[in-house]
Amino acid sequence: MTKNKFPLLFALLIGIVLVASAYSLETATRDEAMSEEVSEAFDKMMLVIAHKRCVNCHPSGDRPRQGEDSHIHLFNVQRGKEGHGKFGLKCKTCHQQENNLKAGVPGAPHWHLAPRSMAWEGLSRVEIARSMINPENNGDRSLKEIEKHLTEDELVLWAFNPGVDQEGNPREKPPVSEEDFIAAVKTWMDAGAPIPEE
Amino acid sequence: MNISFTINGQPAQVDVPEDTPMLWVIRDVLNLQGTKFGCGKAACGACTIHVDGDAVRSCAFSAKFADGKDITTIEGLSSDGKLHPVQQAWVDEVVPQCGYCQPGFIMATAAMLDKIPNPTDEDIDDNIVNVCRCATYYRMRKAIHKAAEISNENI
Repeated sequence: MTKNKFPLLFALLIGIVLVASAYSLETATRDEAMSEEVSEAFDKMMLVIAHKRCVNCHPSGDRPRQGEDSHIHLFNVQRGKEGHGKFGLKCKTCHQQENNLKAGVPGAPHWHLAPRSMAWEGLSRVEIARSMINPENNGDRSLKEIEKHLTEDELVLWAFNPGVDQEGNPREKPPVSEEDFIAAVKTWMDAGAPIPEE
Repeated sequence: MNISFTINGQPAQVDVPEDTPMLWVIRDVLNLQGTKFGCGKAACGACTIHVDGDAVRSCAFSAKFADGKDITTIEGLSSDGKLHPVQQAWVDEVVPQCGYCQPGFIMATAAMLDKIPNPTDEDIDDNIVNVCRCATYYRMRKAIHKAAEISNENI
């Protein structure tokens, strides 16, 4: 009777090991897939955020950049105290609530420069991401507030509808669609906004 | 689109396509031709007007955005038959040469002086960026300082 129990216990043990291994394998695969998904979302998101349509107004100095070559904004345009330009030469002297397709002047609600603490010019995409989620740099915004800013703010989303330049040529858009960008931001935020080491 | 606004203290209503540049509303519909067309790209400043007190390039300002706004053109800058300090300074310093761009410069200067009553040369460089093909910049700088003096004497 005792001798007969041995194979049964052995089979049970093998079974447990197999089930545990399968579970462990499945979990590992799922984690790996999630990580890859978030990594792809990060890559996609940063293709937009590090694009000139965004960085031109996140300068490291007090003068915005403009154009496809990100040259210093013509006409001695300056940041001013609040990022809306100087008293006699505000952003809204030329930029209105929407693109002006006749004059080739871009526009969107509250057109202005990002604060100095949010300077992205010259930073790598990882440095930009770190700065973006750092409350000391981002105006004390939570991840949820950053997500809202990136996915709903009309000035941010202007990047996907940048209008035409002064010659009537369409401005270059980021290489990711607005819909894909928003989805990527949400995926990245839902994962806790991890930033890869580079 | 029906658009209502105040221009030089008077109520106005126009019916124009909503994306009509305000410059053409002012010049062609309201027949106020002191505001000039220069580049049409918001670059030169010849078309500068005031919208709620701020300098704005009217060539790049669609008419629909004027709805409900208070607009001032060069014709409405002076009041009570007396030249605005900037206009007076322009006369005193004999600024204009061909004169075409001057209304825009005067409007930009008036908007600046409203916020910066005693501008330094640096303030002038940072705020008055209109273009004058006759290069009257030297005389304009003198006139801007003179306008500030006149404004301060009037207070």
